[in-house]
Amino acid sequence: MEDAKKLEEFQAKIDAEIKIEPKDWMPEDYRKHLQRQISQHAHSEVIGMQPEGNWISRAPSLRAKVVLLAKIQDEAGHGQYLYSAAETLGKSRDEYIEELQSEKAKYSSIFNYPTLTWADMGAVGWLVDGAAIVNQVSLQRTSYGPYARAMVRICKEESFHQRQGYEIIAHMAQGTPEQKAMAQDALNRFWWPSIMMFGPHDSDSPNTGNATLWKIKRETNDELRQKFIDKTVGQAEIIGLTIPDPDLKWNEARGHYDFGKMDWDEFWNVVKGNGPCNKQRLEHHKKAHKEGKWVREAALTYAQKQKEKQMVA
Amino acid sequence: MTQQDALINYCLRLGDTSLILGQRMAEWTSNGPTLEEDIALTNISLDLFGQARTFLTYAGEVEGKGRTEDDFAYHRNEREFYNTLLSERPNGHFGDTIARNFLHAAFLYHLYSALTKSKDDKIAALASKSLKEVTYHLRHSSEWIVRLGDGTVESHQKIQDSINDLWMFTGDLFVMNEVDELLIKEGIAANLNEIKKLWDNTVNEVLQRATLKRPIDGFMQKGRLEGRHAECLGHLLAEMQFLPRAYPDATW
Ligand SMILES: [Fe+2]
Ligand SMILES: [Fe+2]
Ligand SMILES: [Fe+2]
Repeated sequence: MEDAKKLEEFQAKIDAEIKIEPKDWMPEDYRKHLQRQISQHAHSEVIGMQPEGNWISRAPSLRAKVVLLAKIQDEAGHGQYLYSAAETLGKSRDEYIEELQSEKAKYSSIFNYPTLTWADMGAVGWLVDGAAIVNQVSLQRTSYGPYARAMVRICKEESFHQRQGYEIIAHMAQGTPEQKAMAQDALNRFWWPSIMMFGPHDSDSPNTGNATLWKIKRETNDELRQKFIDKTVGQAEIIGLTIPDPDLKWNEARGHYDFGKMDWDEFWNVVKGNGPCNKQRLEHHKKAHKEGKWVREAALTYAQKQKEKQMVA
Repeated sequence: MTQQDALINYCLRLGDTSLILGQRMAEWTSNGPTLEEDIALTNISLDLFGQARTFLTYAGEVEGKGRTEDDFAYHRNEREFYNTLLSERPNGHFGDTIARNFLHAAFLYHLYSALTKSKDDKIAALASKSLKEVTYHLRHSSEWIVRLGDGTVESHQKIQDSINDLWMFTGDLFVMNEVDELLIKEGIAANLNEIKKLWDNTVNEVLQRATLKRPIDGFMQKGRLEGRHAECLGHLLAEMQFLPRAYPDATW
């Protein structure tokens, strides 16, 4: 009975656009949904450091190296804010990391694709960060306060990343024939996985029911995907690259681009662990975590010793 | 040797050292023991690349032939690099990296402090900017030396081994030749014999706080002044320089 009343109050707040804060009452499903979504987002930021990290040592100029390194560092920072936001829901970062490593939690499938040439540093910033922004701008209005605030902070940096990525690929698209070919190849490989980042069609999407009612999700997968495609097509044209979709064309009546069929079979296979880099990414994360164990233990022991010394003194 | 030649070489020593150590530190991306430490380690890398860029650019200005930071970084071979032997040591485990960084940061801290008084205005300006950063690097690595040294039995043993293993590369930091002689006379360069005393004090103080033993000075490796390096530098450069070498007509 009491719960029904609480639920009613909770929904009234949501409907009035009042943010839910950590100490507020919330339905258990709301908490679980957010724990899953925010931690998945945090894991994505952290795992996403790997495909770009793959090119730091080979960046073709010192300026490009510094820009890339700073970008990846931003992603680590995003991981930090998001883990903090997720921790307000009553689970520790260690628990979330354990879920990632035991494959109970997912991260964005896009990071299971390899980065094969320097042009991929352009494509990832332009398309992957570009798609992330569309989603994250929408999440700035999400109903859970700490998540919404983390998104505001993150979005500012993501738009830098998107521009820097575009700058890299634009420069290559206007470069030597080899550079142009690398740029086109990167677009070819990253286009479809990028537009699938928004998730399945609304009609096949299992997790949206209450998420919409509770305003965790403010726009549907298909709406967000359409926004991304509409803003990206022109950007490709300007730099003379071709989006690898023969069905892509402007639909005057809809005021949007129509586009071809996505390969959901591939998508679900990559989600299930059969992508080119799933195993590599997770092993990398586990290895770093395991190799850091003695360091974390030493820091803890040292801090303990200091505390004891202070108590004696 | 002219003063100009000497100054170019001096800038390359400083620039190359920061560049190579920066490249090593960047390898920590996504490999740190915590997310916070991942960020701290790559912050150091970013500082070092910043220093490398300014010193290499200045080398090009002094030379006056239009060579840029990237020409120096990407289009020289192993034997033309003047970084310290310590800076190129592989990262190893976290303790190896901390030990290397500590021994190195203590050196750069005192060197840049001295160079803030250089009679070459540009060197003095770059040194004071770098000094702020290196002060942090020294603090970061010293704190870890103490934590690991006075942490668990395992961490104590590991960090002591790391310091012991790296010790033979520390002699190379303080070797001088006619470049130093000429520039010291002009009030541009620092006397590394003086820096060595300061370095000794810093290292002794921190090792003592960390309950660690200072290794006995044995035979020291040398080579930085002649561009004579360990095998690992060639691999580092091959990787770093790959793109500009593979596509000489391209800009990025
Ligand atoms: Fe991201
Ligand atoms: Fe991010
Ligand atoms: Fe980003």
